[in-house]
Amino acid sequence: MASFILARAVRALVVLVLTVTFVFIVLRLSGDPAQQMLSDHASPEALAAFRANWGLDKPIPSQYLIYLAHAFKGDFGTSFADGRPVFTVVAERIPKTLLITVPAFVLVMLIGIPAGIFAAVRRETSSDKAIMTATVVGYSVPNFLLGVALIYVFAVWLRVLPSSGSSTWQHAILPVITFALAGSAAIARFTRSTLNDVLGQPYIADARVDGVPEWQVILRHALPNAAIPMVTMLGFNAAGLLGGAVLVEPVFAWPGLGSGFVRAVNTGDLNVVQAMIIIFTGFVVTINLIVDILYAVLNPKIRLQHHDAS
Amino acid sequence: MVVIVGASAHWIAPYDYLQQAPLTRFSAPGALPGHLLGTDYIGRDLLSNLLVATQTTLVIAFVGSVICICVGTSLGFMAAHFGGWVDNFIMGLADAKASVPFIIITLGVLAFFGSSPLLFVFLVGISSWERYARLTRGLVLSANKEGYAEAARIVGVPAIGIYRRHILPNIAGPLIVQFTLNFPDIILLESGLSFLGMGIKPPLTSLGLMVADGRDYLAIAWWLTAFPGLIIVLTTLSISLLGDYLRDRFDARLR
Repeated sequence: MASFILARAVRALVVLVLTVTFVFIVLRLSGDPAQQMLSDHASPEALAAFRANWGLDKPIPSQYLIYLAHAFKGDFGTSFADGRPVFTVVAERIPKTLLITVPAFVLVMLIGIPAGIFAAVRRETSSDKAIMTATVVGYSVPNFLLGVALIYVFAVWLRVLPSSGSSTWQHAILPVITFALAGSAAIARFTRSTLNDVLGQPYIADARVDGVPEWQVILRHALPNAAIPMVTMLGFNAAGLLGGAVLVEPVFAWPGLGSGFVRAVNTGDLNVVQAMIIIFTGFVVTINLIVDILYAVLNPKIRLQHHDAS
Repeated sequence: MVVIVGASAHWIAPYDYLQQAPLTRFSAPGALPGHLLGTDYIGRDLLSNLLVATQTTLVIAFVGSVICICVGTSLGFMAAHFGGWVDNFIMGLADAKASVPFIIITLGVLAFFGSSPLLFVFLVGISSWERYARLTRGLVLSANKEGYAEAARIVGVPAIGIYRRHILPNIAGPLIVQFTLNFPDIILLESGLSFLGMGIKPPLTSLGLMVADGRDYLAIAWWLTAFPGLIIVLTTLSISLLGDYLRDRFDARLR
């Protein structure tokens, strides 16, 4: 199992390096980075100093290595919105994003998984159809639109919750609900279809013939076997939350990574943009790695392969 | 229904969508004769605006999907044909692409290059190439093992001819199903980007942009957000239902 995890860790690193490379290429393609990063009115000395610092006077391959080194040290220069180091600007937004995405993810699991199990167990009944209809609708509503709708209902119409900002815990409620509703729909659908597949397997029929009570069939026999694809799906969902933050946070003026990214994009704060792309990728790659490790823990085949090998 | 609206928007719109009438701004749906769904913050007719926006959104999503299917399918063919390191490289790229939320990459590229409609369509167009590439690769690999491809190869048809004339028609079904399943995602990407102000820009209009515009007037004119939002939902909903139906009907492999 250790070798499996090591291989996955290497792959995660490769994706990260690919992303940094991608940012590097895009940056070079889009023009002179010194001109882009400093303002149009920068003095020739400032431009020269910038070039020397980032090694832009050197040939492309060594530029690339210097860039990689800077990126992995977390050094992305200064934000030209307020002149502070990009690292600080980005770092102070991370907890804000986690504050809404982590509870949202917990809610997704608490709503989505039971709803999916319920629909699978009551297959082809009206409650199954109701849940599935709800999930299709939930899947078709873009999260930013859901956010706006929730603001309309709870902030404009009922006036019970604040619509934007992050000063009190009530401010987190609407963004969290927005994420949770959209995510649960996808997870419920997936749980249902996975569980339905597992319930069609011969060993489930065996267990039923042996007189195992239905709830035990579900809990002890079906769910463990459905766990592996579901861990993968939940990983996708967690990564999707980060992408969703880009759309949902601006709706609620929530000062996390997502709205920071959008602001940096809109104002052309390229230092922040490149750092954010790499941070986002870092998060997603970490999530995928956790999924892979869980996968190895859950899947006896991978565990056993290791025993055979050693 | 949606397609008809998309195709005929400019002719059936009761007003020019840019025509402003500040005196009748924020008129509620049905309040003014002639403005069925009301007017917006500078008195433009909402219905006309909606029709044109729907058209823009659909055209971009369609062109984007076509680019997607072309790029993805070609790469899938290449991966399956050459195998070896080409295969590994393409599939590795596909994995990397799938693991990073694409909206972040898109926004980043738009930030570096500035937003232009052409670049925007291109970015929407490569948004999910890896799904087609994986699907095509798998289908081609299994089709290559079947009798008809082997037979054509023996009689000396060159590889490219086999792919174009024999295998492509045979694997088109699943690809079209994937196209339908993918279409709603592309609409959501387009409207999301336009909502953030990084996609379609005024004076052009799209559904996402209308939602963003209307959001500022949520407290006094709910209809400015509600109608474009409703159209996004209904469009994606109907197309994904169509996709589900096609998949269940024609293709057991994707289930």
